[in-house]
Amino acid sequence: MSINKETVKKISKLSRIASNEQFEDSMIKDLNSILTFVEQLNELNIKNIEPLSSVVEQKLFQREDVVKIMNEKEDVLKNSPHKNENYFVVPKVIE
Amino acid sequence: MTEKEFDYYLEGQTGKWEVIIGLEVHAQVTSNAKLFSSSSTKFGSDPNSQVSLVDAAMPGMLPVINKYCVEQAIKTGLGLKAKINNFSKFDRKNYFYADLPQGYQISQFKFPIVGEGKVILDMPYGTKEVGIERLHLEQDAGKSLHDQDPQNSFVDLNRSGVALMEIVGKPDLRSPEEVGQYVKKLRSIMRYLNTCDGNMDEGSLRADVNVSVRKVGSTELGTRCEIKNVNSIKFMQQAIEYEAKRQIEIIEQGGAINQETRLFDTKKMETRSMRSKEDAHDYRYFPDPDLLPLELDQDYVDTIKKSLPELPDEKKSRLMNDFGLSSYDASIIISDQEISTYYEEVAKNSDYKLAANWMIVELFGILNKENKEIKDSPVSAKNLSKLINLIKDNTISGKIAKTVFEDMIKGDQDPEVIINKKGLKQQSDPKELEKIIDKIVQSNLDKVEQYKSGKDKLFGFFVGQAMKETQGKGNPKLINDILKEKLK
Repeated sequence: MSINKETVKKISKLSRIASNEQFEDSMIKDLNSILTFVEQLNELNIKNIEPLSSVVEQKLFQREDVVKIMNEKEDVLKNSPHKNENYFVVPKVIE
Repeated sequence: MTEKEFDYYLEGQTGKWEVIIGLEVHAQVTSNAKLFSSSSTKFGSDPNSQVSLVDAAMPGMLPVINKYCVEQAIKTGLGLKAKINNFSKFDRKNYFYADLPQGYQISQFKFPIVGEGKVILDMPYGTKEVGIERLHLEQDAGKSLHDQDPQNSFVDLNRSGVALMEIVGKPDLRSPEEVGQYVKKLRSIMRYLNTCDGNMDEGSLRADVNVSVRKVGSTELGTRCEIKNVNSIKFMQQAIEYEAKRQIEIIEQGGAINQETRLFDTKKMETRSMRSKEDAHDYRYFPDPDLLPLELDQDYVDTIKKSLPELPDEKKSRLMNDFGLSSYDASIIISDQEISTYYEEVAKNSDYKLAANWMIVELFGILNKENKEIKDSPVSAKNLSKLINLIKDNTISGKIAKTVFEDMIKGDQDPEVIINKKGLKQQSDPKELEKIIDKIVQSNLDKVEQYKSGKDKLFGFFVGQAMKETQGKGNPKLINDILKEKLK
């Protein structure tokens, strides 16, 4: 698989990363070399091997359905660059 | 009820069209805390007052799954007669939106917790089975308010991270009517199970509606459009009608349908394309590395299965088989758990059929008129049950009972008190009635003559007179019997 300019443009748009000609060219190079490296895995025969979901020999930890107040509204809003008394404020987004 | 034929076809210029509908229902799980955090799920609290650092997606925060939400999904799956998958996984569905602080929604893509199931609908043309494709657990997003400020949107993350069950139905629905019944049935099952309150006004139940059309007789599916996030049954039905007509028009004019996401504008009553989402569809799902697979012991699933309450379908057949109710009456009684609880309370100490009849005709008549739910019923189950027993033991006639009922709704009075106070007790003394009837016969000899010479209809006149004399309190059966005797 090889990465072309269109793919890089699409990925940067989807991940909201601004791109320019120079950035795209360097990305094409980097991503292709990463993919080529990873593609070595294709040489292995994994026909009868189940995909590994985790390397941890452990079961999913589940918690009880109990409400705990971990922090107050002020703490949550504290890090927001733009807020008012109650809400996070963001540039208008509407369909 | 007479069996009708299914007849929802749309007439186009080139012939009849069939509408194919499939729903993805998002049902909010009833739980105290969120799916992956300990914040409260309470509706209507102050904005951003139920947001933990996990819900706000602060760096380094890790999700820990809520056991009860898992149990709720299993229960719902069992209620849908579905296969429970003992192995399921969580994936990240990636997209950017202001009310999704993580930049992804934790969902289940490849391995959902619940597999194929079914829902049975009672339609006027018989029962209809609708397939369930899957049910999976996922997080809800926050809420954006767009109308508070001209330049900005406000974001409230209270809903962010609340557990949802996405119930994906097969494209088995064929009319807005069926869609309505389907959503009602799902809601009823989840209410019986107490897994989702089904409150559409609060957004606890909403659906994405997939619509396509095809010529009657064709077996291939047409290209579908998805109408996003519709939150009332009425809007779903209106959106489907509009969308189906729009598609037929395009195809008949030689065009083709684009597979796309559309919005239903409830003011203009039309669907329109959400162009901005066009390439947002690449969700780049991948397994969430923060969460291990969800593995369930069969014993655990079996224990839950044993603890399930009686569900609508089972209750319906019990009411029909044991209580002798008609399919129609039974389906109304079971449609809502509160209705069926009320019914069983009334019927327990009175008469099954009379109880159903009185609830469906009289009580629901009042409730509909006053726009009330059964839980706000002005008449308690206990007093309705008493009233029915008073009819049953001939203390009052059915007709008088209606008068008594009218008084009962003004403040849930005991029917016996009303009857005594107003002197409405049925006149069931045959000797008294005979006296009255004799008098009527004597003063209407001409009519007696006509009756005897074949004018059968006059019998009603005599009954009416007897009722008038007894101020409606005469026992109708006795009056009938005595009259028949006297007029021989």
